[in-house]
Amino acid sequence: MSSAALGLVVRDVGFLPKNASRNSEGRIFWIKGSVFTSPHGLNMRPKSSTKAVRVGKRRSLGSEKSASFLCYYGLTTPPYKLDALEPFMSKRTLELHWGVYHRDCVERLNEQLKNSSLYGSTLEELVKTTYNNGNPLPEFNNAAEAWNHDFFWESMQPDSGSMPWGSLLHQIEKDFGSFSNFKDKFMESAMGLFGSGWIWLVLKREEKMLAVVRTSHAVCPLIFGDFPIISLDMWEHAYYLDYKEDRRRYVSNYMNHLVSWHSATLRIVRAEAFVNLGEPKVPSGMRA
Amino acid sequence: MRMACLASELSSSTALVHPLPHRWRSTFPRIGGTGRWPSPKILRCASINVRSYFQLIPPPYPLSSLEPYMSRETMENHWGRHHRDHLNSLNTHIAGSELNEMPLEEIILTSYNKGDFLPVFIHAAQTWNHDFFWQSMKPGGGGRPSGILLKLMERDFGSFELFLKEFKTAALTQFGSGWVWLTYKSNRLDVGNAINPCPSAEDNKLVVTKTPNAINPLVWDYSPLLAIDVWEHAYYLDYEQNQRSEYISLFMDKLVSWDFVSSRLEMALAREEERAREDASNAEEDDLVLADSDAREMFLDSDEDDAGTQ
Repeated sequence: MSSAALGLVVRDVGFLPKNASRNSEGRIFWIKGSVFTSPHGLNMRPKSSTKAVRVGKRRSLGSEKSASFLCYYGLTTPPYKLDALEPFMSKRTLELHWGVYHRDCVERLNEQLKNSSLYGSTLEELVKTTYNNGNPLPEFNNAAEAWNHDFFWESMQPDSGSMPWGSLLHQIEKDFGSFSNFKDKFMESAMGLFGSGWIWLVLKREEKMLAVVRTSHAVCPLIFGDFPIISLDMWEHAYYLDYKEDRRRYVSNYMNHLVSWHSATLRIVRAEAFVNLGEPKVPSGMRA
Repeated sequence: MRMACLASELSSSTALVHPLPHRWRSTFPRIGGTGRWPSPKILRCASINVRSYFQLIPPPYPLSSLEPYMSRETMENHWGRHHRDHLNSLNTHIAGSELNEMPLEEIILTSYNKGDFLPVFIHAAQTWNHDFFWQSMKPGGGGRPSGILLKLMERDFGSFELFLKEFKTAALTQFGSGWVWLTYKSNRLDVGNAINPCPSAEDNKLVVTKTPNAINPLVWDYSPLLAIDVWEHAYYLDYEQNQRSEYISLFMDKLVSWDFVSSRLEMALAREEERAREDASNAEEDDLVLADSDAREMFLDSDEDDAGTQ
């Protein structure tokens, strides 16, 4: 779903951008100078993908020609322009949050993985592996922050409608009592967080229900086996330029104007392939 | 630190009425710290009940005087809102409880609760930490330390430059929110009333420590000398692009108050001496106790008894 792994980019776009190709195994890799296109047609050239890649020598295996290349994670762009979330999240915040902080996480991760045995997994797998059951490896912080931020950009959209609908709304009402109860719980969780962390709405795998979860630093619910639905970055760099210490206003603006219930619905639908939430509630007007 | 100005004004008789933990009685170079009205215990002798609370004292320099390295806007937000909020929450939490009568450092140690914090810990620790932080800086600061401080740095880190490198690395690698400290570590084991069986002068040394969120080295019984706040609110407004690394470099080059660090080191060394004296006198007392006890008389001292046992 949301990942900085190379394969996702191409799937979203539907064609191979120039300067990318497939090797004989079908793995896609970037060559220096690639153009990166987001699903919304925004052409960006993130600096990290133009960095020189350590390229191995071409080896020919009999009749097949295969090349060894070093793959690395690219920086995905938010699916909207950087000023599209104004006035609730300023362009300057996004330029720094995405363009500097998120980019740094990805670049540092690539640096760490160059000579590491962890090389070669998807970002989700990498996050789970490097968490190492509570004793995180050095790559964990960077991998998890890269994943978290990808997820966060896609949890927001410009001109967001403030209510979910359909099965997601039904599930929220079932698990929280009402949508406004859920919003209150979310706010309470956010205000109760001390230090840096994230607030998530997750679908819990074992309990088969939605819950609001608060995590510290770079921890994300993937490591618990749960399915994140939306997230909110409560690190100070996410809101300090726009709201200073007024976190309550930041959270309420997020909830009322920024959160993307489209993404949330997509995610819960996907999660239901793994978690049986029972029969869907069919609206009475549709019964035969 | 809290009671600095008041302890010096009170007469020794009242000090006996309410003996403060001696390690915190040392005076501070400036008036205040997180100032507090007299503890009710002192005034109880005079039949006056005073409800005490902590006051917010401003940094010992105008808010705009650290420009351009730390802007007035940052100081107004950092001191005027964050620090003030923590102080207000602290006062709210301790009102009416037994913590209300304790000095701030004791509140921190009590509420730390060996890692299982009570809710007031965050506010108490952040109040203390910020107060310490304002005093770790001064306008026109920076430069090099001197005297005993420099000597100890050279002994424990190799050189001042190596210390700077270690400090900056620690500040850059503190992930998320937290603080980085230069502390004086003593060799005291935390085993209740036991004395370290193998004390060594090498255990008394300067170390760089980093702590997450609100924790400070007081909880490990270290003596903090210098603090840098690496929560993002400390530098995000001023150092948008290069962020933490530039902030740390400029803090060390232009803001740090080595006078303050030296004075804290003096306090730490004095504390260490006092403890060494205490340990020595405790050891003497133990020896005396052993000398007087009946256990000594277990040795047989006559041949008749020997014959009896054979």
